[in-house]
Amino acid sequence: MGAGIDMAKAQAISEIANIGWEQRKRKFLPYAYLSPTLALLAALTIVPIVTVFLYSLVDNVIINQNPPVFVGLENYEEVLTNRKFRGALSNTLYFAIVSVIVHFIIGLSFALLLNTRLIGNKTKALFRVIYILPWVFTASIIAILWRLLLNPHGVINFVLLELGFVQEKLEWLSDRDLALNAVTFINIWAGYPFYMVSFLAGLQGIPDDLYEAGRVDGGNSWQLFRFITLPQLKPIIVSLALLDFIWTIHQFTLIWMTTGGGPMRSTEVLSTYTYKAAFSSHEYSIASTLAMIILAICTFVGIFYVRNQRMTDE
Amino acid sequence: MVASRAQIRRAKILTWIALIIGACFAGLPVLWMIASSFKSNLEIFAYPPALIDHSFSFKAYLAVLGDPGQLRFFFNSYLVAIMVTICTVVTSILAGYSFSRYDFRFKRFLTLVIIGVQSVPPITLMIPYFGLIVWLGLYNSYTALVLTYMVFTLSYAIIMMTGYFNTLPRDLDEAVMIDGGGSFVTLWRILAPISLPGIVSVGVYTFMLAWNEFLFALTLTRTNDMRTVPIGIHLLMGQHSFEWNQMMALSVLGSLPVLILFLLFQRYFIAGMSAGSIKG
Repeated sequence: MGAGIDMAKAQAISEIANIGWEQRKRKFLPYAYLSPTLALLAALTIVPIVTVFLYSLVDNVIINQNPPVFVGLENYEEVLTNRKFRGALSNTLYFAIVSVIVHFIIGLSFALLLNTRLIGNKTKALFRVIYILPWVFTASIIAILWRLLLNPHGVINFVLLELGFVQEKLEWLSDRDLALNAVTFINIWAGYPFYMVSFLAGLQGIPDDLYEAGRVDGGNSWQLFRFITLPQLKPIIVSLALLDFIWTIHQFTLIWMTTGGGPMRSTEVLSTYTYKAAFSSHEYSIASTLAMIILAICTFVGIFYVRNQRMTDE
Repeated sequence: MVASRAQIRRAKILTWIALIIGACFAGLPVLWMIASSFKSNLEIFAYPPALIDHSFSFKAYLAVLGDPGQLRFFFNSYLVAIMVTICTVVTSILAGYSFSRYDFRFKRFLTLVIIGVQSVPPITLMIPYFGLIVWLGLYNSYTALVLTYMVFTLSYAIIMMTGYFNTLPRDLDEAVMIDGGGSFVTLWRILAPISLPGIVSVGVYTFMLAWNEFLFALTLTRTNDMRTVPIGIHLLMGQHSFEWNQMMALSVLGSLPVLILFLLFQRYFIAGMSAGSIKG
């Protein structure tokens, strides 16, 4: 008897211990599943950001015989008062803001075209593939393609001359007054499909009855668009615009491979300026300072993006 | 309000005009790329320009495919992109499972971190990466590229995977758990197989990003036998006088993997994108 009770007790205790173990396991497991991600992000995001921040506070870093000297915010002062930096900043903002606005217009127009009931589904599928095309090309290929098209002896100048839009062959990428608009145009061509695809998904998610109700109330197509489509797409629009703004500020390859920031720094953006400071002039402290400034801009925009984005349904 | 037949007809014509203008904007540059890859280099800027001319040949393609140095770019790109895809898919399934099925203390914080990583500019990480990768002895290696690419493929992949797992009912895995399966078994035997559409879209997206990466491939490799296709095109541009036809042929060949993947999986891909990311 006594032995039996002891047995039962022992079993109960072990069960309780087991539950405790289960609970602990349940607490610990999600972190275990996340561990590869966390290890990678710690090693390759957090450590590097801290490193680059420290570099920006110091002179004589990397490839330098002299010992590092702590200089506080002097590098920031040097960068922020520099005319080249201000030029690069204003080019970057122009490039990014114009890209985002035109991406939105073209992306939404194409999405609306592909969402119409006036044409058959097969035709729509074909046009959808054509419209997405720019998206499948990598930035370096897009750069080289547009250097071919925009060459002074290239096909675009030929067409514009024949149609009488221009009087002479234009140096799209090597004329100081044209280059920034030319690279912005290339970026617009390269980037709108991302908007289009997202808007298409968004449009298909708008319930038909909303439009039915709108029509019953006597709304014309502009009013339906203005008061139903746009408000319904608003969360997507905000996400896309913020993400695209951040991506465009990052953009390096396209500019590096079309103009390299030239002519006369007329297309110099923050990323090409930083790259040159690091790998051409070997001014790693200045490059790190620039890198931190770009990070600050992107983080500022990123905060709005994160707030707008809800990953898990909470 | 019923539109008359004439009105519908007019709307149809306008739509077709708009569609065709759009198709020219998107498609003609690509068509010109393909056409130029079949020309001889002398005819690239011929006046007046023609889509196809007497110099039509496959010579540029043969030149690219007959050059071991350029084939190496392709080998490197495939190897790195496939490695990145496998590592990203496995890691994001684990992380997505954690976010979708567990509640834990730092969940909200970690979610924000992972979304936030998307806004970290590569150029900020480039300078410390250079030092870090050299210090680890990984400079000019495939490992360096795979690890650094994953920083940028992973966060979006996790968001997409979490979104996909969230669409699957929890009863499903709870049933398996009650039958005595551990959480790990549940994930790999039950959830992962039925999440194939989500996994495919994560994989395609990751492959595209990895195939296209430029900045880290440029700064973290040194020798030509480690270069990827985008860098190869960059090098070809710097070398000898511009061989436009060869560069266009290399561009067409370099875009085919992504194009084929995209055409095969566009349905999954677009669905995955809209499920995972842009959901306000």
